[in-house]
Amino acid sequence: MLTALYIMIGLALVLGVVLGISALAFKVEGDPLVARIDAILPQTQCGQCGYPGCKPYAIAIAKGEADINQCPPGGDAGAHALADLMGVEYKPLNAEHGTPKPKSVAFIDENICIGCTLCIQACPVDAILGAAKHMHTIIASECTGCELCVAPCPVDCISMHPIMETPDNWKWKYPVIPIKALPATGSNASL
Amino acid sequence: MNSIIRFVSRLIQGPSSLADVHKFNGGVHPADHKQESTTRPIAKLAMPEKLTLPLRQHVGYIPKIKVHVGDHVLKGQMLAEAEGTVSAAIHAPTSGTVTAISEEIIPHPSGLPDMCITLTPDGKDTWGSSQPVDWRNTAKKDLVASLRLSGIVGLGGATFPTHIKVRADGKSPVHTLVINAAECEPYITCDDMLMRERADEIVKGIEIVQYLLGAENCVVGIEDNKPEASIAMSAACKALANVAVKVVPTLYPSGDARRLIHLLLGIEIPHDKRSTDVGVQVFNVATVLAIYRYFAFGEPAVSRIVTMTGSVNTPQNFEVLFGTPLQSLIAAAGGAKAGTTHYIMGGPMMGFDLPTIDVPITKAANCIIAATPDLFAPPPPAMPCIRCTRCAEACPVNLQPQELYWFSKSDNFEKARDYNLFDCIECGCCTYVCPSDIPLVQYYRYAKSEIIAADKAKEAADMARERNEFRLERIEREKLERAQKHAERAASAKPEGSKTEAATSEAKTTSEAEKIEAEKPANATNADDAKKAAIAAAVERAKALKLAAAQAQTTNNQEKAEVAPAESPNPADEQAKTADDQAKKDKQALIAAAIERAKAQKLAAAQAGAAPKNIENISPTVQAEINKIDTIREKAGLTTDSKDSD
Repeated sequence: MLTALYIMIGLALVLGVVLGISALAFKVEGDPLVARIDAILPQTQCGQCGYPGCKPYAIAIAKGEADINQCPPGGDAGAHALADLMGVEYKPLNAEHGTPKPKSVAFIDENICIGCTLCIQACPVDAILGAAKHMHTIIASECTGCELCVAPCPVDCISMHPIMETPDNWKWKYPVIPIKALPATGSNASL
Repeated sequence: MNSIIRFVSRLIQGPSSLADVHKFNGGVHPADHKQESTTRPIAKLAMPEKLTLPLRQHVGYIPKIKVHVGDHVLKGQMLAEAEGTVSAAIHAPTSGTVTAISEEIIPHPSGLPDMCITLTPDGKDTWGSSQPVDWRNTAKKDLVASLRLSGIVGLGGATFPTHIKVRADGKSPVHTLVINAAECEPYITCDDMLMRERADEIVKGIEIVQYLLGAENCVVGIEDNKPEASIAMSAACKALANVAVKVVPTLYPSGDARRLIHLLLGIEIPHDKRSTDVGVQVFNVATVLAIYRYFAFGEPAVSRIVTMTGSVNTPQNFEVLFGTPLQSLIAAAGGAKAGTTHYIMGGPMMGFDLPTIDVPITKAANCIIAATPDLFAPPPPAMPCIRCTRCAEACPVNLQPQELYWFSKSDNFEKARDYNLFDCIECGCCTYVCPSDIPLVQYYRYAKSEIIAADKAKEAADMARERNEFRLERIEREKLERAQKHAERAASAKPEGSKTEAATSEAKTTSEAEKIEAEKPANATNADDAKKAAIAAAVERAKALKLAAAQAQTTNNQEKAEVAPAESPNPADEQAKTADDQAKKDKQALIAAAIERAKAQKLAAAQAGAAPKNIENISPTVQAEINKIDTIREKAGLTTDSKDSD
């Protein structure tokens, strides 16, 4: 009877120690929920949601301060994914925060650029290359199309160019079966 | 039981060369339509009026253009150079002038334009410097490097750059070279005709590739519907000890590399491995010939054999220069018959409809089929899937096409990926057998490109996140560094500053700032405190500076007013300065006037009476008080206003 008790207590102690050690050893850094929300967000860093970036918005959603339908670049699919993750009802995008637009990249008209560096400071992903009083240019592959550089430009030399379809990024379309009207035959006419 | 069945089937089939050939699951037997284009020998096409060479003719990166518009180029001269690992060069198919580098419609299922080099032939067809390579006495590394300049890609239709396939990457050595001459798709006969006519050259090419790969054995796989080709190849291969020609039963898609390896060698390659992992490399028969021509004659990839068949008057195989307009090819084949609606590039199973007739022939174009509704009836409307699993029986890759179809149709891409959608070779067997006429392959292509696009977007998002995080970190770090620098500068600059500053108020503020600075280092470990202190000090300093500046300005103004018309070299400057001075003078005049007025008022007050007006009827006590104040004033040495004004 006592041995059984000792064994059980011993086991409990050993397991407790093991659990304690593993809790320390495999400690989860940061908030996994924020990371999961952040993974769904498109990382445009455009701030249309009202937060200064995707991560702050993710934190706000995790805290329950922000709604799931404030991210236009994420689109409807993003709102659906966020609703699934948070276990809430899907809501259509809130038009207050903007509407989804085709993905585009910024383009600097290099003839007009005066080299003021204002756009460089505005770019959330450091996708603009240039120096004071020297021409700036967009690194197109790094540009998220957030449009944050457009407003600060004092000479309005930045425009947004939608990404064109090329054989490289072209996608096969969803198969559609064309519906054709049958030619009116005699039998049809008699019907 | 199985062995009995096999024995019986062997008896029925009779002894044949197919006995040592393995079998893969599935496959279909579409009508092969090959005899139409095999009645005539390979013909050379007349020189077209212009050649349009798309930069995108192979799998991988776009090559870099090396010529300019207006340049005269010779046949075989490099027009664009391979850039990146997986890329292939593009050469001038004939001598002529580069007349345009522009976007043209390319033969691609999208029908979208892409960058092309347009060459106008001069009709002389002069070769540039072609340098044959003595491959037997050259290091393999140099041969591979040389092959990179050849622009040769897999001519079976996959267009994978050949130099990648022969480079020794230090992984598992290749022991067997498989030459793919199965040509299993209906209508296509370019490899068949090539083997019939140029078997000797092909065998020489096999020798080179065997040497490059270090493969001891070589197996040529030919479908049994090409007896002439297999006889020609067998005759040519007799001289070589380790090369065997194996005839495989006609079954679509035996020309798929993995299916052919399975058929010939009995090796099934795991879906996540490459054929080189099991020591096998596959080359198309036309590619091998191109390699031979490159090393023996220094000819880069400038032409290929194309089957022009279907609804044309004289279906035939042609040797076509890359970039030749499709219309020239159609004209050479006697023109399209009436009722031709569109053209298919590739075979009917895996090919695609060309967007327009104005496209050039590229490295991928093994066959062009003129299509009519009789030959290729438009698919009847798709009916619902009835779960018959005939597609699964036909699938040569042993997938579950019906499951993939449901997942793809419902955009359930993750699940489709789990069911190994990306192992699908898009051979079209499932679509071919489907009794409900469902365009299954189209669904898989759709799902694949959606998944690829989503993966790319995810990659881009991850990069954006990383860059954003890095930027925030950098801003934070720069802020700290700036604060630290300010603090240091404040600490070192203040003692000197206080000496020069005369105003007591300034001295006070700086001493205060110094006090803060002095306190700060004590608990300087806290960066925030240091920052705050630095900011406070900066604000104080700014205030002090402002004050000093204001004082200085007033004194300056007075001084300036006296010195006023300073000479300046620039007339415009002078004008500006005089205007400035004028404004200052006006201001001073106003001030002076105000002072004068004030003085005049005081004077008037004084003249009205040094003593106040109501001095007549004052009580003695008040008079005593006045006297008392006057005496105090006199004692203090202060004169009365009346005296002062005098």
